[in-house]
Order: sequence, then C-alpha cells, then structure tokens
Amino acid sequence: MADLRSDFLGIKSPNPFWLASAPPTDRETNVVRAYEAGWGGVVWKTLGEDPHVVNVNGPRYGAIHGADRQLIGFNNIELISDRSLQTNLQEIKKVKQEWPDRALVVSLMVPVREESWKAIVPLVEDTGADGIELNFGCPHGMSERGMGSAIGQDPEYIENIARWCKQSTRMPVIVKLTPNITDIRQPARAARAGGADAVSLINTINSIMGVDLDRMAPSPNTDGKGSHGGYCGPAVKPIALNMVAEIARNAETSDIPISAIGGISTWRDAVEFITMGAGNVQVCTAAMTYGFKIIEEMIDGLSNWMDEKGYSSTDQFKGAAVSNIVDWQYLNMNYVAKAVIDQDKCIKCGRCHIACEDTSHQAITNMKDGERYFEVKNEECVGCNLCACVCPVADCIEMVQMTEGTDPRTDKPIVAEYANWTTHPNNPGAVS
Amino acid sequence: MGNTSNTQGISSGRLDAGQYKQNFDDIHSPLDSHQASVEASRCYFCFDAPCMTACPTSIDIPLFIRQIATGDTTGSAETIFQQNIMGGMCARVCPTETLCEEACVRNECEEKPVKIGLLQRFATDSYMDKDRHPFQRKAETGKHVAVVGAGPAGLSCAHRLAAMGHEVTVYDAREKSGGLNEFGIASYKSTNNFAQAEVNFILSVGGIKIENNTALGSDIELDALRQDFDAVFLGMGMGGVNNLNLAGEDMDGVMNAIDYIADLRQASDFSSLPVGRRVVVIGGGMTAVDIAVQTKLLGAEDVTLVYRRGQDQMKASVYEQQLANIKGVKIVQWAMPAELISEDNVVRAIRFDYATTDDQGKLVATGEQFELAADMVFKAIGQKFINSVFGDSESPDLNNNRMVVGDDRKTSLSNVWAGGDCIDGGEDLTVAAVEDGKVAAMSIDQYLKTDS
Repeated sequence: MADLRSDFLGIKSPNPFWLASAPPTDRETNVVRAYEAGWGGVVWKTLGEDPHVVNVNGPRYGAIHGADRQLIGFNNIELISDRSLQTNLQEIKKVKQEWPDRALVVSLMVPVREESWKAIVPLVEDTGADGIELNFGCPHGMSERGMGSAIGQDPEYIENIARWCKQSTRMPVIVKLTPNITDIRQPARAARAGGADAVSLINTINSIMGVDLDRMAPSPNTDGKGSHGGYCGPAVKPIALNMVAEIARNAETSDIPISAIGGISTWRDAVEFITMGAGNVQVCTAAMTYGFKIIEEMIDGLSNWMDEKGYSSTDQFKGAAVSNIVDWQYLNMNYVAKAVIDQDKCIKCGRCHIACEDTSHQAITNMKDGERYFEVKNEECVGCNLCACVCPVADCIEMVQMTEGTDPRTDKPIVAEYANWTTHPNNPGAVS
Repeated sequence: MGNTSNTQGISSGRLDAGQYKQNFDDIHSPLDSHQASVEASRCYFCFDAPCMTACPTSIDIPLFIRQIATGDTTGSAETIFQQNIMGGMCARVCPTETLCEEACVRNECEEKPVKIGLLQRFATDSYMDKDRHPFQRKAETGKHVAVVGAGPAGLSCAHRLAAMGHEVTVYDAREKSGGLNEFGIASYKSTNNFAQAEVNFILSVGGIKIENNTALGSDIELDALRQDFDAVFLGMGMGGVNNLNLAGEDMDGVMNAIDYIADLRQASDFSSLPVGRRVVVIGGGMTAVDIAVQTKLLGAEDVTLVYRRGQDQMKASVYEQQLANIKGVKIVQWAMPAELISEDNVVRAIRFDYATTDDQGKLVATGEQFELAADMVFKAIGQKFINSVFGDSESPDLNNNRMVVGDDRKTSLSNVWAGGDCIDGGEDLTVAAVEDGKVAAMSIDQYLKTDS
C-alpha cells in the first residue's frame, strides 16, 4: 500500500492534495468540511489589510462548457477575503489547533510597503499556521490596486517582498506566481533571490468568457458591464504544466520546490504535475464543480496507481518526466512515425480524412471499392498526429514508429541513430 | 433430430446449435473501455446521489463512475465491492430500471439514464479477470459462525464475517453453491459460468468452509447449530412453491418454473432440454418472465404469460415485460386459471376466467372464459418458506410464514440472524439479499465482540 504522506518545506500533510487559496478556503466552515472530506491541506483564502475589500453583488463566476455541459474553463472576479483580518486570524488559529495533522498555509496580499508585510506576517505566525503563500497572482481587481499580478509581473517587487517576509518569520514562504507574463522563470528566480522557500503556480489567466450578444456586454456581467477575470479549470492545465516544467528543467530554478496549481481535476492530473517536478498539488475548480468529495477519487486513484507501478512514496516519481522536456532543437529528426487506423475501431465518420485533406497533408483515403474507407497513405503521412487528435474514438488511430526500411514519403532510409536540428544540413547555424 | 418449433407436444432439439448459442448469449454485451469512458463521462457526480439512495446496498455510484472516468478501474471495483461483494452478479441481474437507473437525474432532461449497471459490470469484470481480492482478512478472532444457505444472502454474510476475522462454515442443501445465482436467474443474464466464478472470488477472502448437500431440517438442526457455533445466519431462501390449487396439478406437463430454470441453468447442452410447442406461464414476476422468455428461446412456438391482474401490478418491471414481448412472448392480463384440461393425465390445455376487481378491490371472475392449448404449464406464482426446516428445534418468530427480523436482521432467537427471501418483507432481489447478509454480518460481529 502506497504511502501518500507529504512533506513540502517541512509542512506535513496526510496526502499531497491541498485546496488552493480561493473561495473554497474562505472560512472555517468550508475548511473544516474539506478536512473532514479528506483533503491533506488548504491554503487559506488571501488575507489583506483592514478595512477588508468588498465584492460585487452580481456574478463572480463564468464558465465555458463542453457539449454535455461539462465545465471545461472557469473564471472569477472575486477579490481577496472580504472579511476582517481578525475574524480570519481567529478562525485560522482555531482550525489549526483542531486539525494539527493537516497543512494550513495562509495566503497574503498587502500593498508594496515593507511595514505592511512586516505587520501582517507575525500576526499569521501567531495563529500557528504552517506557512504563508504570497499572492502575486490574481489578475483581476486587486491588480488595479497595484497588488496581485501587478507584483507578480515585476521581479524586483517579488524579490523585495519575499525578503521582507523571510525577515519577519520562521515560517516557510511560498511565492504564488502569475502566468500573465512572458517568461515564468524570471519571477521564479526573483522569488528565490528574495529567499522564498518555494513557488506555487499558476494563478489564474486574464480572460473574458464571452459576449452577451443581446446586451453587447461581456458575459457574465454586472449591470451590463463586465471586467476581465482569472481563468482556470481543466482548460488551463497544459499552460500550467509548461510553466511548472520551465521552472523544473531550468538549471537556475530547478532546485526551487514547486506547489503545482492549474486545472488539476483528477489523481492523474496530480501525478502528471508531480512527474513534472511538483512537490505537491493544489486544487480549486474541480472542488468548486463537484464538491470536496472528489478527494476520495484522488487519494484512491493515486494510491492504486502507485501500487500498480511499484512506488511507495511520491518522491520516487517526483520530477521523473522533467528530463524528457527538451528544447525543440534536441528532438530526434531521424524518428519517423506514421498514423495507423485500427479498422476494427473505425466508425467511419471521416473526420481524420477531411482534417488531413483540407488542413494537412492529404494522407488519408476516404474510399475503397466504392465504400467509405479511411486508411493512411504512408507516402504522404508526415506523422503529425492531427488525425489522432480529431478522431472521436479512443485509441483508434495510433502513431507507430517506423524502425526499419525506407520512409515512403521521403525515400530516405530509416536510421536508428539520434540526430537533431543542431547538426541538420538545413540549419544555417549547424554545428558539424 | 429434425425437430422444429412446430413439432407437436414436448420435444428437445427444436433449434440448431447456432440458434441456441445466439439465444442464450449475454443479453447485454459488456462495455469496452471506450464505451465505458463515454458513458462514465455522462455521470454528473450528483450530491447525495439519488442512484446511491436507490441501491439497496448503497454503493457509492458517483464515486465508482468517476473512478472509471479517471482510469482507476481498480479503485472503482473496490468502491463497489466495499458495499456489495456480489457487485458482479448484481450488475447483471439487478432490475436497474427500477433501482439506480430509475433514480438517475439524467432521466429528467434526456429520459436516458447513465448505464450504471453496465458500468458496474465493466469495473467488476475488469477486477475479477485478474486474480485478486478487495478485502484483506483481519486477524482471526476464534469465533465460529454457521451460515445456512450458500446463496446471495448467505455468501454475502459469510464473506463479511470472514473479512472481519471470524471463521465461517456455510451449509447448503444443493450440490453446488450460489443459490439462485446458480440455479435461478435467466441464463442470458449470467453467462460463462459467472455464478461459480463469483463464488470462488468470494471464498478467496479465506476463512470460509462450505458443506454442500447438507440441508437444514434433515442433515443439520438449528438447535445443534446454535449450540455448536457462536452465532447462526439463516439464508436458505424458500424451499416451497405456491400451488394453483386446481384439480390435477400433479399431471404431466404442469411444472414449477423454478425447477425447470434450475435444470436449464445446469444444462450443458440446451438442445437436450425438452420444451413444449405451446407453453403457458402463470404468474407476473421475474420468474414468470424468465421462464417464458427462456422456453421461447428454447424453440417453443407459442408462449403465453398469463397474469391475474393488470400491468401495473406485475412484479416484473416494464423493461422485463418489454423484453418478453420482444422475444415473442404474448402477455395476457386479467385472467385467472380455472381448470387444467388433460388427456391421459397429460396436460393439453388450461382454461381461464377473465378477472376484474369488485368494489373492495378483490379479484373476481367476470364469468367469461377462454382456453389456451398447452403442452407445458409453468407455475410461477411465488415461492413459500417451508418452516418444517426447524423440525424439533426452537423456531424463530414467523410472520406471513416468514422469519421476522429487525433492522439488524436478527431473529427472535438469541444468536440467530436471517436474510434474503426467507425473511418477512424480503424483496425477492439478489441485491437485497446481499444487503441482508452484509447488515447481519455487521450485527453478528458486534454481538461476538460483546458476547464473551
């Protein structure tokens, strides 16, 4: 039986699943419900200075749905905690006392003033919380006030604030990064330079969910006006995976512990982030969609997968996929794959054919002996994977490596040796 | 042999081998992984899910379906087995259309529930295909429990008790274990000897010994069991069959549906089973549908199911009634058997009274009659508990001639529990019997912990 216990920066939790700082961790009631359901830890909804902020009284959330109303993307314009600092601190203290085995990290966001940070951090330390997370991520509302992502977009601020916090506490300091930036490694480096113990990412992505064509206003809206909000949910997972990987595989940042966030909805998503270097994971949208009970699936799925693979702790596969993320120029140019359509599974919808015919390489037939028939023409197939992406049937189209003979498209022999772009004859800057 | 559906009288081999195979194949082909994934994605993961409430064993259906959706088939099966160790058989035989699938909220918007039964089968089949068991037996307690009946109630009880560390001896009157899973149930619902595979799966928890060919009342006595064991669970089902109370009921060609179904389930070659050209089934429950459909599938030309009241009162679900229709069974309602007509003590026909209800709702004959030619008449009007099994032993309290139990399935006797069809209020469902056995085992465990 796999051991799911997690130790992130010395913060212990019975499993690596934390709830991210967000509406689900706004107050004692919710956090206690989460612990009762089995969550390993929470990052308490971001605290700010008093007087506390206020929220709009209209829609805070918007969503993008799949064809069957499956929630794919989600956004919010909710601000940080709209309750007084004292109320939050009292509840945090009580909850931590009553749930000593669960992680309780507190998210913070105050103006860029040394005294502000140095005032709030000791108050949190007094509650007995396990650590703090600096919210440099929220892209809506607070950023207009010079906080949230406005800080996360400026490495100098990041470094300074991280340093002020480290100077004010013995608690671990996690810096939560915004993805609304071109190169995620820069804020990560700044966090490290300021002495932060870890980074967490990603916070939400700036977004407008849609337009109400009757009111000519963004959807959802408040009294006919809308504001950009933070995008999250399953749709953002690939962006988050890349940003986590960027930090994990970059020599300068690879030793920074990462708490991964971004569209994690199942045990499998969590495993993927851990293989990409994350020390633990944080979840929000999936809980907001289905309730806290999904933790049962996550814990059980992770445990069963680890048993099946023979892992006894998450450390054994942490970062296992990082070395396989490389720059494009190091991909093997001698590797040749061709699409193969399993005729037993093919339902003859023709999507592979028309996608390839119209938008790719005209490499899939549509007819054989007067009947609908979809088959790959190896002499045209570039192995691009488009057909497999658009095929509605799982595992019907597979990309199969050619290991011998000649590629009928290029007439070049298949060779086993690895060769990449850096030595390719077409590369003007090739090294021989 | 050259027999066909038109061959007069009772005859075997009415069909060719291919037709038998086709007719008795799995009624619902199992989902493949793509189908399971598509179907699982339809589940809304409802709060306090109505399907779960509708399941007599309270399987956490949203969780097991989400586990399928996320690729954790092992976890999915374990979620099912945790509540129902016969999740495999229940996935095949449960009338899901009146249980979980009837409660599915998808019915509200699309009139198309999530295929919970087939998803359950997907998960449990995947699990049982590999040689493993979802329970780790606890340390032995030294307590020994006797279970009477190796059907769904008895095996469920034995399994849970064994998992909790108790030693269990199961006595069963038949030569094979499984009860109605093995000897009842339509063949096309439990193919490939699944009932025995499931018995072996259940026994693999360890700590259970089965004594076959050992019947209560003849080979063993309740008083002795109560002396020799720390506790007793009675799950022997119903030994008797209700009669039509017509003259000449013992004539050739008039049979108990359950006896014929048992023969059918044990037959290695369906072509060896004699079946009438014209078959009449009397009853309105699952057994009536099972015998009607299966005699039709064995090649009977003409099968009529006759029920004394209307469609609403039939215990067989609408789905089962439709299945019978699709397979070519004719259903006649509001008719009660009046007279068996024989020739040389062999049934030739049966005469019915058309029936209606009087002001008090009591069934009465209208005065009009009709006659159906029949080479075989099957009685499927329910079973009854035979209380002579208690012999000289102290008998538990009975009501409606079945054992009275509390919510914990304990009888009036100090160390005796009961479940399945033999208890008062028993629902005549495999899944309900499994729940009885499980609940009784928990109660027995509590009793054994505080007993000494």
